[in-house]
Amino acid sequence: MTAILEVSGLTAGYGASPVLHGLDFDVPVGGVATILGANGAGKTTTLRAVSGLIRAAGEVRFAGERIDRLAAEDVARRGIAHVPDGRGTFVQLSVEENLRLGAYVRRDPAGVARDFERVFDLFPVLKERRRQQAGTLSGGEQQMLAISRALMLRPRLMLMDEPSFGLAPLVVREIFRIMRMVNREEGVAILLVEQNASLALDLASRAFLLETGRLVVGGSAADLKADDAVRRSYLGY
Amino acid sequence: MEAFLHQVLSGLATGSIYAIVALALVMIYQATHLVNFAQGEMAMFSTYLAWTMLDAGFPYWLAFAGTVALSFVLGVAIERIVIRPVEKAPVLAVVIVFIGLLVILNSVAGWIYTYTIKSFPSPFPDRTILGGYVSAHELGVMAVTMGVLALLFLFFRFTPLGLAMRAAAQNPVSSRLVGIRVGWMLALGWGLAAAIGAVAGMLVAPIVFLDPNMMAGILLYGFAAALLGGIDNPAGAVVGGLAVGVLENLSGAYLVGTELKLTVALVLIVGVLLVRPSGLFGRVVVSRV
Amino acid sequence: MARLLGPDGRRVGLALLLLAACVLPFLLSSYRTFQLTSALTYAIALVGLNILTGWNGQISLGHGAFYAIGAYVAAILMDRFGVPYWATIPVAGFVCLGAGYLFGLPALRLEGLYLALATFALALATPQLLKWKHLEEWTGGVQGIVILKPDAPFGLPLDQDQWLYFFTLAITVLMFWLARNLLAGRIGRALVAIREQPTAAEAMGVDIAFYKSMTFGVSAMFTGVAGALGAIVIQFVAPDSFTLFLSITLLVGIVVGGLASLSGAIWGALFIQFIPNVADHISKAAPWAIYGLFLIACMYLMPTGVAGLLRAAAARLDRAPPGP
Repeated sequence: MTAILEVSGLTAGYGASPVLHGLDFDVPVGGVATILGANGAGKTTTLRAVSGLIRAAGEVRFAGERIDRLAAEDVARRGIAHVPDGRGTFVQLSVEENLRLGAYVRRDPAGVARDFERVFDLFPVLKERRRQQAGTLSGGEQQMLAISRALMLRPRLMLMDEPSFGLAPLVVREIFRIMRMVNREEGVAILLVEQNASLALDLASRAFLLETGRLVVGGSAADLKADDAVRRSYLGY
Repeated sequence: MEAFLHQVLSGLATGSIYAIVALALVMIYQATHLVNFAQGEMAMFSTYLAWTMLDAGFPYWLAFAGTVALSFVLGVAIERIVIRPVEKAPVLAVVIVFIGLLVILNSVAGWIYTYTIKSFPSPFPDRTILGGYVSAHELGVMAVTMGVLALLFLFFRFTPLGLAMRAAAQNPVSSRLVGIRVGWMLALGWGLAAAIGAVAGMLVAPIVFLDPNMMAGILLYGFAAALLGGIDNPAGAVVGGLAVGVLENLSGAYLVGTELKLTVALVLIVGVLLVRPSGLFGRVVVSRV
Repeated sequence: MARLLGPDGRRVGLALLLLAACVLPFLLSSYRTFQLTSALTYAIALVGLNILTGWNGQISLGHGAFYAIGAYVAAILMDRFGVPYWATIPVAGFVCLGAGYLFGLPALRLEGLYLALATFALALATPQLLKWKHLEEWTGGVQGIVILKPDAPFGLPLDQDQWLYFFTLAITVLMFWLARNLLAGRIGRALVAIREQPTAAEAMGVDIAFYKSMTFGVSAMFTGVAGALGAIVIQFVAPDSFTLFLSITLLVGIVVGGLASLSGAIWGALFIQFIPNVADHISKAAPWAIYGLFLIACMYLMPTGVAGLLRAAAARLDRAPPGP
């Protein structure tokens, strides 16, 4: 199995103090990998380092190409869509404008038009509210909008930061159903960061456990799930 | 009554020029949340470029278009070269750099073109219309202002680049994540501001004549206009400009005379900042802490 | 090796500087002496602006207005009321203290950028106000007021320029001493705290509103004293000497000399006094082009100004190991 994203020796942080200390992990082509860990373990920082929002040392390869020296906008242009924590909604713009921004770098109007229909199929509520200011949407709707905005890029890899955060269980289930569908039917690889370990392990094929900036366990999601010791001490269920 | 009407109409005409200056200020404020103290001198400098082209025998509208285009490029260059290094610096440093820019543009213009006053042509015929109430130039100024506003509206509303500029101003991080080059969007904002300012300079120069200090008072009224209308709102800036122009004329005619024009602007600016800092149509300004 | 910046070294340096300042007028031409006098008045004005902008972080682009008020108070008192020149200076100071305090009250509510905007407007409006016809009886309108140069008192063997120099030097020393005492202790710390951490300063019981408006007043007082001295030295006031560009000159002075530095006020004053003289030979516009370049370059390369560079150099010398 080849990897679409290979990360080795990733070290990053804010200012002088590093948060991550040499992480190695990968995401298989068309697969789902998850990084689990407690609050403050460095999960969000990991995604930011991969997508170029913060400077990082180490090597990050996307489809074989080094991307660790690229700026965030160039990482996005190569087909990595980052759904950030807090959802990153353009709150003063309309839902439709948010989606148009997702497709900002694409030059195939026909394909973009098709993808508008596709995300409206996935999330009909967005179609209803397409003219509404995005800031007026509920939390769940904004998460759907964030995922849709990422899909509008036609990404090969999506980085997802806590998509379940602050949402009602029913909405979470719906969002995970759609993520699974997008992954299975369209082959979009996903790197998922989650606090809700059981949800994440159901979706992912590979899993890594992050503790204060270091990976302590990594491997197949099924193994991790079956490992009682890991489950009790790290996953808390 | 007739005199009053005349004052209002000519107030709308000068107000249109304030409105264009205010629009230029809004372009930069929207993108960077900064007030460009050098905006007036940038417009003045552009007007000298236009004068050079006219002097070389260019037809008026060609010189006009050429000046707008050249000013746009210069605006982008100024952002990239001068402003970018202090993008994240404290307000004091940024203000000092703006003042430095103001002084440099002023002195370079004086150096190249001398401080002697030059006349500058109007593209509109030299006669009054509408029963003697307005001159053709004044009417032309109003029409151009509305044209600029309409173009800006279409640009921001209906083009991908306009959308990207709005996005970059609101949420730079998310903008980068969808592939927008945020730094260039700021530079584009400066380019637009410079281009719009050039229009203001070329329209006001036939009235006040061309010299390196011609924009100082106009910039002050432009500030008042932008603040009154809401400094993050283009349409508000135009309404603010017209209102300030009429206010200036009426207070000049009936209250304090024309000698204290700048004091009127000072009072307006401080008054708006104290009473309604977000202006008539702006969003509430959240102060930078 | 003696520490260059130790308290003793500093005192010796200061004494040497004062001695040099006292000898200079006897070595220089009266024109040069006049220039030095003028630089001293600038230094006082710069201390004023620096207290407000450098220490307290309130941006003023309009301090030329307070300089103008000081100058006009002195000129009007001498011209219309026959007040002796030396008595006009405290009056100018107090008038500006009041004017600054009053302007500082609304300014309290304006955050950095907007305060800059309001003071910018003040600077632009000042010359027009001074020309206003209803004030003409006092201000002399566009013509301004001509005043006479004072002679040395008590039969001192000094010419007019030398006397004015020593008079200005004495006031400069007094004002610097005042500023040092004001800024060295609790008040100085409060001003910096308000600049750096307004919320924390408030939580620690600093009355921000009082400090900020009072700082505005004190700052204007210094600048007003400088304005009064400036009027006496130049023997002339007119509205067009107090344009926006005067305010910008003062800004250049504190930026080049060093923000929040007392000694910086001297370097800044020398800079704004002598650079135009040198650059005028190139072109009438050249001094301003140089000012502009220095403003921008200082922000990029030496945000602590000349004073900061000297401090850094002295610190490096101190750290160097003693020679063999």
